[in-house]
Amino acid sequence: MATADYETHEHDVLVIGAGGAGLRAAIEAAAQGASVGLVCKSLLGKAHTVMAEGGIAAAMGNVYPEDNWQVHFRDTMRGGKMLNNWRMAQLHAQEAPDRVLELERYGALFDRTKDGRILQRDFGGHRYARLAHVGDRTGLEMIRTLQYHGIHQGIDVYMECKIERLLKDGDRIGGAFGYWRNTGKFVLFKAKAIVLATGGIGKAWKITSNSWEYTGDGQSLALWAGADLIDMEFVQFHPTGMVWPPSVRGILVTESVRGDGGTLKNSKGERFMFNYIPEFFKGETADNEEEADRWYADKRNNRRTADLLPRDEVARAINAEVKAGRGSPHGGVFLDIASRRPVDYIRKRLPSMYHQFKELAGVDITKEPMEVGPTCHYVMGGVRVDADSTAATVPGLFAAGEAAGGLHGSNRLGGNSLSDLLVFGRRAGLHAALYAKNLGGQISVDSSLVESIVRDVLAPFTRSGSENPYAVQADLQETMQNLVGIIRVEAELKEALKQIEAFRLRAARVRVEGGRTYNPAWHTALDLNSLLTVAECCAMSALERKESRGGHTRDDHPYTDDQWGTVNLVLRHRNGSLELRREPLPPMPPELKALFQERR
Amino acid sequence: MATTFTMRVFRGGPDGGDFKEYQVEGGEGMVVLDVIHRLQATQANDLACRWNCKAGKCGSCSAEINGKPRLMCMTRMDIFKEGEAISVAPIRTFPLIRDLVTDVSYNYEKAKQVPPLRLKPPDADGKYRMMQADVDRGQEFHKCIECFLCQDVCHVIRDHDLKKSFAGPRFFIKIAGLEMHPLDTRDRTQFVREQAGIGLCNITKCCTEVCPEHIHITDNGIIPMKERMADNFDPIVWLVRKIRGYKKAAP
Repeated sequence: MATADYETHEHDVLVIGAGGAGLRAAIEAAAQGASVGLVCKSLLGKAHTVMAEGGIAAAMGNVYPEDNWQVHFRDTMRGGKMLNNWRMAQLHAQEAPDRVLELERYGALFDRTKDGRILQRDFGGHRYARLAHVGDRTGLEMIRTLQYHGIHQGIDVYMECKIERLLKDGDRIGGAFGYWRNTGKFVLFKAKAIVLATGGIGKAWKITSNSWEYTGDGQSLALWAGADLIDMEFVQFHPTGMVWPPSVRGILVTESVRGDGGTLKNSKGERFMFNYIPEFFKGETADNEEEADRWYADKRNNRRTADLLPRDEVARAINAEVKAGRGSPHGGVFLDIASRRPVDYIRKRLPSMYHQFKELAGVDITKEPMEVGPTCHYVMGGVRVDADSTAATVPGLFAAGEAAGGLHGSNRLGGNSLSDLLVFGRRAGLHAALYAKNLGGQISVDSSLVESIVRDVLAPFTRSGSENPYAVQADLQETMQNLVGIIRVEAELKEALKQIEAFRLRAARVRVEGGRTYNPAWHTALDLNSLLTVAECCAMSALERKESRGGHTRDDHPYTDDQWGTVNLVLRHRNGSLELRREPLPPMPPELKALFQERR
Repeated sequence: MATTFTMRVFRGGPDGGDFKEYQVEGGEGMVVLDVIHRLQATQANDLACRWNCKAGKCGSCSAEINGKPRLMCMTRMDIFKEGEAISVAPIRTFPLIRDLVTDVSYNYEKAKQVPPLRLKPPDADGKYRMMQADVDRGQEFHKCIECFLCQDVCHVIRDHDLKKSFAGPRFFIKIAGLEMHPLDTRDRTQFVREQAGIGLCNITKCCTEVCPEHIHITDNGIIPMKERMADNFDPIVWLVRKIRGYKKAAP
């Protein structure tokens, strides 16, 4: 085609992704007076945030007055095995309480304490009950609240729109190009600033809690536009996903089950987590069942139950129990709340888990234990950003939420994701709007590039290949599951990289039938580009980091290495290929370092 | 277990279409959405359907299964008789885009019209307090996953196509949630009567029956609001209510 046919929209700030971070960013940018466009890959309100269950971590001190931002900061850093960007962790802990109260002022109805304040619940790795929540459907409350607040702020919402490439104006961001999923027609956005809030990469694995949307779009768009990614080796396998029946394998079972009293057991009925307490967490973790059970009611005089160690520790422990032959009938372990809490309590606190197991597995969680096992859940790594402004390394590009890296270090604590979305979503919207205001003038984008993007995007309809896009995706997921999973080893990572290369060749031969109107085969084919990119980033970084830390466990380098604790792995695209570098962590100021000297 | 499911799936667009029969290999514990996905991956690559969470939380995969509005991800295949042909059609109240995907933008238009929360001033210490008993009902309405099955089945929208003058059950509970919000001060009486058209609802409860979240849309949302609309003609009753809060209806 000579001239590509597309419509054009222009905004000061374009937010890509409409989960918690994207919506909060859009609301903030609009509040700054910017003209804002918000692009969603699905319908508005369906993004991944809707699935978040447990709660929003914020040191409000409503249940334990001794909680404060310093304790939250310390828990977050220790949970991430100190690889976190300290400044992000500090801002996050300091600002989360205000962001939760703000959500309440937008209309959210959190569960309440007896004196009418926001109730907070226990979660893994948090010293105090800290998660503001609504039963086990906090994410739904959050996205719906932001959505209904957002639609009255003059934001233009573009639903079922997929961005294929970012466009530049010289060295700066100039816009984005994509297509409408329901018509297949093209659309060009001119924008002075872009916020990436596209979420994670979990669709690269076979057993995952993530939906079809999680194909690493934001990470890939940033990389292709010349921005840096960091920490891409760190992938969180949530310890408790459903394992049976096969069709539901991977669906999330909230950590709240353990936060509210549930315990993990092996086939012998042993509460095995007490055998897996690492040196690093010994001081703060109960080493016997009696103390652990007392802790739920009295946190001042008891240490936290081993069931609520950070997720990386619990996932590895479950993996080890299953390998040792002490698993449940379907290859998981048991999660028991039925024998530990009354029926009414379970149904009030965990309504959506009750429903999910009853409907999908035929299991009544108030009467019998659940079968659970690890499921790919979250990527700690992502777009490298400035802590205060969320600016990426390309001018005009910002990133927030799961798409950004740094806050969570090598492992994220439960509850810190929803707070991340609010804190850094707001910061991204604010700084993107300020940047756009300062930039002024007009944007011009290179439209010759558009022609070549259009050619690439339409190629699956016309090329001579015969590959099925779903088959390539499934094979990639199998490879990542088997070779770049919870436990990694050099030879397998090398093999994974080789296979990813082969999948690239297959992806280039994918052929789709049918037209451009809502054609999922075509959409799947196009998403393969980003999925393969992030899979390669993850495997490459995992091969390079020769130690075990958080969401990266190397069987051939089983220990945490202090040398590796001082560097991030940084990826960038240069001259058509991926470049991997070690770069030093930003040094933590002494007053924050001092927080790690205390007793527990 | 080598079962084969016989699926009759609607294929087509605004210009027409029909049910097409497929034989799909089964497996233990499968839901309708699994079968649709298997069909997509193997026999009908371009079969259009929406989905996200696959766990009944996002409300994307609404369809009419054997004529009944349901979520595909929460409908297990083992509820059907063995060998029974299972039909899957789009939710037909909304304009068809293709196959199982419809244009639900009507709902997003209605959403924008609902007058939002208007907060009362905080307590003397700058904070807001709400008691659990006062948020229980609102929390019930907030469970809504916006699957729009209630909108699909509502005969005011479906059979009479009164989309212009009627908000539909989803938005009645949205409005009810705002009206019962302990911190809200806005009067929506006129909006509910005139733009949302609550008078058109004659409480057949079809919406409540199809709600996958089991929200008591009619009993706890629509009926109390109809009653209130009558009362709210008296400005003193309205004011007292806004100050003292609503008493909750039956659970």
